[in-house]
Amino acid sequence: MKENISRRDFITVPAKGVSAAVIAALGASLIEPQTAQAATPETYLKVPLRFFTAKQAALIEAACERIMPADESGPGAKDAGVVIYIDRQLAGPYGHDKYRYTKPPFVQSVPEHGYQGKENPREIYQAGFAMLGDGFVSLTPEQQDAKLESIEHSMFFQMLRTHTIEGMFCDPLHGGNIGMAGWKMIGFPGPSMTWRNEIDKHYGEAFRPPPKSLVQLVGHPVKGMEDEPV
Amino acid sequence: MKTLKSVDVVIVGGGWTGLLMAKELATRTSLEILALERGPSRKPSDYIDGMDEVDYGIHNKMMQSPAVLTVTHRFSGRETAVPIRQYGSFKPGTGTGGAGEHGGGNADRYLPEFFTLRSHLLEKHGKLPEDSLVADWGFNWDDIENDLWRAEQLMGISGKAGNIRGKIIEGGNVYEGWRSHEFPTPPPKKNWAGVMFFKAATELGLKPYPQPSANISTDYTNPDGISRPGCAYCGYCSGYACMIGARPQPTNVLMPILRRHSNFKIRNGAAVRRVVHKDGRAIGVTYVDEQGEEIMQPASIVILSAWTTHNVRLLLLSKIGEPYDPATNKGLVGKNLTHQVITSAKAMIMLDEPINSFMNNSGLGFRISDYDGSFGIRPSDGILRGGCFSGGSQSAALPIGSFGRIPPGATPRNWGSKWKTESARLFDHVIGGCGFRGDHLPWRQNHMDLDPTYTDIFGDPLLRMTLDWTDHEQKQFDFAERVAMQLTESLARVSGGKLHKQGGPSRQPQLASPAPRRYNASSYNTTHIQGGAIMGSSPGASVLNPWMQHWQIPNLWMLGSCGFPENSSGNPTTTILGVTYRAADALIEKYLKHPAALA
Repeated sequence: MKENISRRDFITVPAKGVSAAVIAALGASLIEPQTAQAATPETYLKVPLRFFTAKQAALIEAACERIMPADESGPGAKDAGVVIYIDRQLAGPYGHDKYRYTKPPFVQSVPEHGYQGKENPREIYQAGFAMLGDGFVSLTPEQQDAKLESIEHSMFFQMLRTHTIEGMFCDPLHGGNIGMAGWKMIGFPGPSMTWRNEIDKHYGEAFRPPPKSLVQLVGHPVKGMEDEPV
Repeated sequence: MKTLKSVDVVIVGGGWTGLLMAKELATRTSLEILALERGPSRKPSDYIDGMDEVDYGIHNKMMQSPAVLTVTHRFSGRETAVPIRQYGSFKPGTGTGGAGEHGGGNADRYLPEFFTLRSHLLEKHGKLPEDSLVADWGFNWDDIENDLWRAEQLMGISGKAGNIRGKIIEGGNVYEGWRSHEFPTPPPKKNWAGVMFFKAATELGLKPYPQPSANISTDYTNPDGISRPGCAYCGYCSGYACMIGARPQPTNVLMPILRRHSNFKIRNGAAVRRVVHKDGRAIGVTYVDEQGEEIMQPASIVILSAWTTHNVRLLLLSKIGEPYDPATNKGLVGKNLTHQVITSAKAMIMLDEPINSFMNNSGLGFRISDYDGSFGIRPSDGILRGGCFSGGSQSAALPIGSFGRIPPGATPRNWGSKWKTESARLFDHVIGGCGFRGDHLPWRQNHMDLDPTYTDIFGDPLLRMTLDWTDHEQKQFDFAERVAMQLTESLARVSGGKLHKQGGPSRQPQLASPAPRRYNASSYNTTHIQGGAIMGSSPGASVLNPWMQHWQIPNLWMLGSCGFPENSSGNPTTTILGVTYRAADALIEKYLKHPAALA
């Protein structure tokens, strides 16, 4: 697929609870100019896309939201910016299969040998767009679920499900888990320098320190592998 | 091809064994030593940026990329092998320190009879199964004990002794071979899961003891003067480099000493392709540097210390020794391929209370040796060797890997609101079935050779593994899962949790090993692949002599578990380093004085 480097496609996500460091890392800009400093519930982030077109991003975002919907248990894939995580992974070395042995011949084998296909994650998503269909975003949630159920066993859907979990619970440096929404939902505190004084003090009771991201912990920017050259 | 100036010793692979040998040589001799390491250099001060599940837990940033080098696998000699395209059942390391930079830190010793296992089993049973390749190592427990102690001091291993010079000590592993000293550091703190597992095992009349661990419990200074802090229980452990250096890694216990010695150099980005040899002597190695230039590095002594499969592959590519043929049982290179026999109770326990499982390390918890070796095995179990059970460690407690651990079938789909709600509710409330790690015995069918089809980035054939579980391992699995279920049931009673049997907390329930189980190259087992260039006391039956010197090429030495004839329930690093000390002593004290075959 030819890259269009002059492309300026964006996706907007709620900016609630997003730190200035994450906004900078995403290369995002705030819409709602009346809030100059901190983000408020009404503000949105305009995040430049690296792989998806705006239309493709909306399609994937809608599908991810059915895998991890916002509900009583907590925020969903859309709130957590899962599609931003996926977009960056597909644009980087992972999307181009730089971590996989890709020499031919490609043969079919048993599940115990793992994925043996030729298609890289970018190509699998390209096929996935067609499987979902352009009309997917305007279907009702029930119709969307029925559509996803019909492709549940495809490589694309399995990958999308895996990536949705990753984008929901990754460190915010990778673009997902915005505002640490995923970590807050499950009570995961993120990285810490030490739990030495805590590990034997909370037997049988919840110990839930407020989460910290890696950048907050170490106090300097950290680049993910998705930013390494392809 | 450019030929460089000759060095005294060239070491292929800058991991645990190569750098320990380098440290012994650099500090005890004036030889000029060069280590060639394929991967990048590593700085422990950068490791704090590595507390990230996506890059390290999922994309294996510490490991060697399969795109650079992988292996092929088939179940039997009748099939065509396929490449392992993304890592599954094992994960070799890369860069300075190798896999020693990302291990989980379980630091077991093998049982004393393990080094003379063939003699032991023959004495016990009178004969061995026809296809068994069980072999003696060429030395015994009394020969190696002090070297194991040196390895434990180097790493500062935490634990509780169960047998000091024959004196049995309750609370430690009472089944272990005699040890000369108590562990260098005491056992780590206990997490709640560990406290409950200890009680569950004790109530069954078993003797749980603290898992010996390299993730040390307290600040420690080793005999080389290297100081490290105690573990912080941060939970970013196996698969990650330790950000505070509590875990011994070649970059924190060996490189600081090597950097002080001008007779040692390490060259990163050097991918060795061949050992060059002529008339029964190694002349040097050829490698490709980072710029893609092919280089000849002559040396007086060549030491292969790459990971197991790479060491064996270098022998095969360099046409050193006869490849093993299971049909005729002739040839030696590639035989005795083993992994480890790993399983767990197919069950999970759901607790009302949260576990706070983010506080942990991969070597935490308790181990049970009541069924290790031949302890507790009845004739009706139909197996020659058992293994160890364990619990209390929460090594996979990070959120991406742990989310979705709910009983299979608990929700209609494994996506959507019901699944998400149940997964969020049970996150940090689930304990998986108790685990088992058993001896893997060598059989004729399981071996390594060169693949006829698939090649690496230089066009050299990949190593091909032919490996599957035999009837013996099927029975080990049956036995282990039965005992592990008793332990898991006891744990459910002790914890007051709800027991769900069948289908462990796997993210890929469709691969949850139905009997008879096949070797699953796509799902993590351990990174303890062994054999292929085994040691022994006879040149007709082994590639290396009992000091890891090549039988036919006396200036070629090989290090690591490629030399181990069988695979133990215990994790190998302590034994690998002990055997490396033994090899270093032989090389320095005997070979350098009389450069010839030692045996």
